[in-house]
Amino acid sequence: MLGLVVAHLVMAAVLPAVSARNRRAAFGVAAVLPAVTLAWALGNAGQALGPGLDSTTSWAPELGLAFDFRLDALGLVMVVLVSGLGALILAYSAWYFGRRSRDATRTAALLLFFAGVMLGLVLADDLLTLYVFWELTSIASFLLVGQSGEHRANRRAALQALLVTVFGGLAMLLGIVLLGTAAGTYRISEIVTDPPTGSAVTAALVLILLGALTKSAQLPFHPWLPAAMAAPTPVSAYLHAASMVKAGVFLVARLSPAFAERAVWWVPIVALGLGTMLVGGWRALHETDLKRLLAFGTVSQLGFLMVLFGTGGRIAAMAGLALLLGHGLFKAPLFLVVGIVDKVTGTRDVGKLSGLGRRLPSLVVASVLAAASMAGLPLLLGFLGKEAAFEAFLHDGGVRNWLVALTLLAGSTFTVAYSARFLWGAFATKPGLPATEADQPSRGLTVPVWITALSGLVLGTLAPIVDGLARRYGAAYPAQDAVERDYHLALWHGLNLPMLFSAAAVGLGVLAHLRRDALTALHRRLSHPVSAQRGYELVVAGLERFAVRVTGRLQVGSLPAYLGFILLTVLALPGGALLAGGSWPADQAAFHTAIQLPLGLIVVIAALALVRVHRRFTAVLLVGAIGYGIGGLFIVDGAPDLALAQFLVETLTLVAFVFVLRRLPAHFTEKRPPRRVIVPKAVLATTAGILFAVLGVVASGARTAPATASEEFARLAPEAGATNVVNAILVDFRALDTLGEITVLLIAVAGTVSLVLATRHDRRRGTQVTSGSGTPEHEEELLG
Amino acid sequence: MSVPERGPLSEPASEQSALWLGDTPDEEWTPPGKTPVGAGRTLMLEMAARVLFPTVLVFSAYLLLVGHYGPGGGFSGGLVAGLAFVLRYIAGGGSEGAEIVARLHIRPRQLAGGGLTLAVLTALAPMLFGQPALTSAKLSAQVPVIGELDLVTSLVLDVGVYLLIVGVVLELIRSLGAGIERDARDAEEPAR
Repeated sequence: MLGLVVAHLVMAAVLPAVSARNRRAAFGVAAVLPAVTLAWALGNAGQALGPGLDSTTSWAPELGLAFDFRLDALGLVMVVLVSGLGALILAYSAWYFGRRSRDATRTAALLLFFAGVMLGLVLADDLLTLYVFWELTSIASFLLVGQSGEHRANRRAALQALLVTVFGGLAMLLGIVLLGTAAGTYRISEIVTDPPTGSAVTAALVLILLGALTKSAQLPFHPWLPAAMAAPTPVSAYLHAASMVKAGVFLVARLSPAFAERAVWWVPIVALGLGTMLVGGWRALHETDLKRLLAFGTVSQLGFLMVLFGTGGRIAAMAGLALLLGHGLFKAPLFLVVGIVDKVTGTRDVGKLSGLGRRLPSLVVASVLAAASMAGLPLLLGFLGKEAAFEAFLHDGGVRNWLVALTLLAGSTFTVAYSARFLWGAFATKPGLPATEADQPSRGLTVPVWITALSGLVLGTLAPIVDGLARRYGAAYPAQDAVERDYHLALWHGLNLPMLFSAAAVGLGVLAHLRRDALTALHRRLSHPVSAQRGYELVVAGLERFAVRVTGRLQVGSLPAYLGFILLTVLALPGGALLAGGSWPADQAAFHTAIQLPLGLIVVIAALALVRVHRRFTAVLLVGAIGYGIGGLFIVDGAPDLALAQFLVETLTLVAFVFVLRRLPAHFTEKRPPRRVIVPKAVLATTAGILFAVLGVVASGARTAPATASEEFARLAPEAGATNVVNAILVDFRALDTLGEITVLLIAVAGTVSLVLATRHDRRRGTQVTSGSGTPEHEEELLG
Repeated sequence: MSVPERGPLSEPASEQSALWLGDTPDEEWTPPGKTPVGAGRTLMLEMAARVLFPTVLVFSAYLLLVGHYGPGGGFSGGLVAGLAFVLRYIAGGGSEGAEIVARLHIRPRQLAGGGLTLAVLTALAPMLFGQPALTSAKLSAQVPVIGELDLVTSLVLDVGVYLLIVGVVLELIRSLGAGIERDARDAEEPAR
């Protein structure tokens, strides 16, 4: 399975080469791989519905890291959405993007990349693998929404989507680590069969939920999804309707069998899910942009799905699975229809489109099929799901379940109403509006719409297929009673309460659509003092202001201030730890040998003299004296390697100082600063100095384990071909540290040199600083 | 074949016969015309620097190789080699520093980057043999005359460190030394 995922990524990397020859062919080539994946998944359907298909590729066995994949009933449904719809939408894109479109090359590669990482996400059986793909889909979404980055709306929408989903993703990573540690494994299948318990798990679940709720655009994080409609329509259809936004729902569906019992899991999911369903549905009723209408519809449906998967009932889970598939199969064609309408008329505004139904009758039929599935009319897949959803909450009749069922009824009413509004807005002849001019769409655009819309009808009619999938998935949940145990998804359950609810939803929904003007007036009157979008903007603006304030306070442009902040931090953190838990070693001698005394004295005197001198050059020499004195102490204590390095570095530092001193005034400042400046500095410096000395003694005396490590090194050194243990440590036992250190050194020098050479040119300009716009000679010098 | 009488050492090497080409230093001993007279030359320092330069470089190589058995290693060796260049720079002024760097036919940052690359490749090489990264091996060989010779593969890592340090020091000479000097000249104020 890893092979399939990697094949997507490799293909995406070479796709621009195909695009360079023929843009349309690139989409065609890109569609092949998802189609193959779909065929593979359907071919393995038997095993997926049975024990499940596992594959593991370990890539860092020492760390216990592996790519674990698993294809089961839920995975199969998601693969149908990701790869099946992916292939169709890629084919559609070939005709959607113009032959010369500059966005086509990037979009084709990114869509295929997304298809690959999304496939990895839905097949992942390891929480860490899942997390990696989870974040990759966020990045793909950012790039696809942002497009070329030329338009402000795209950039803002892309950034909002990225910030919200990655914020949730990072919270989720914390949760994953907590959960994985508590369970002792990161494998999802093992966690689900044997769920861990404890307070850490509670925290983990809250964090993971944060990830799922942000990704699936639940209240109050939902505004990013309608904003993301700035992307081209195929991208919206694929990422923001059919697949990516379902990742949160998918994760909830994965983990619910293990955790749905816990209040910390189902209460937020059900409460926020119901709220999202209502808010999304209500907002969809008033949108005039067809695409935003569908986007709010998606938000609403995602809330619905969350509720179904989060409650932990078996019938609810079965309804969820049917709707998960159904939503992909009706929302994707509706988006594609919007794309067609947009392409042939140049607008998707409800207030401008009129009489389109007469011109494009076949498109109307396909749209009606999809919208009817969304509204939950019989014979269609959406009906199966909605029927089961009502049954799930009505069959045992508690107060809680009745409340949920009634809210779902309200949400479904909205769904019916905005489905009707969509059809009316796109195709109806509106009084007082001239009929919209439209070309005939090409077959490449309409065929994918028909395939998806018809598959909703076929799967709805052939209920046993979906029933098989749903029952396989539902088996993960314990059956509470006989009704749950024997429930099947079917077109006809007899005249019962769920049927009545469905009928009521349709009736009320149509009524709501007919009274749309009154509802919109009501919507206007209910002006929102609290809006989630406004909240997001306030949070982001607040963060920026906070960052500016902190930076302004800390980065004041004064070296003594920087040093002061650093020393204060050192005093606060290690100093605090020292006061809390440090103890002076009992056998600490003042000195080992007599020669240490004069050397130490030299260092101390040089340090004291250093703060009194006025000439820079003298100061540099005194710093050198301190360094050489310390080097001498190293020799006395038997560390010739250290001493050698110390002497050499000291010499080089001295030379570097002298180089720089040529350009600095000979004296520090003309007049001494006032006492109120000097005294705090002196106190801080003295305290920090004393702290370091004490810390050195205490830390080296605080050894809890015997010095076996050093003995081990001394024993192994001859084996490594060395008699000098220090060097053996540097290049062999701790070679990775050395590698890291020299890398840091290289970066530091590159930075220093660039700064020195870059500011020179700027300074020469006098008052006007034009950074980065060097003369040719200057550029040449920078390059070496 | 009679050996033609050699001119003064400042004579270009290309005019001399094939026999001389082999061991004539292609660098002139004291270039009289090159350094401006008023620049405050110290002849003693200049001569001492020229004499010491190769010796110090050899010493740095010694430190690099001896690191496994005594005080030394790539870091110390690299610093010593770097200090040799610093000495030449101080003795001869900015132009000579630039000249030395130019004669190396390699940019300091290439040297430093090459060192890092070498170190990283050494770290990764054991993975080709199915060993964990950074594993070191000891190779022993019987060399005639000298006797048994040990070579530890981690020495290559040390060579990488050595090259990187030399590159870093040269880069510092280039920016802090020659760079600042030229800056002062361009700003038409004397460098102190």
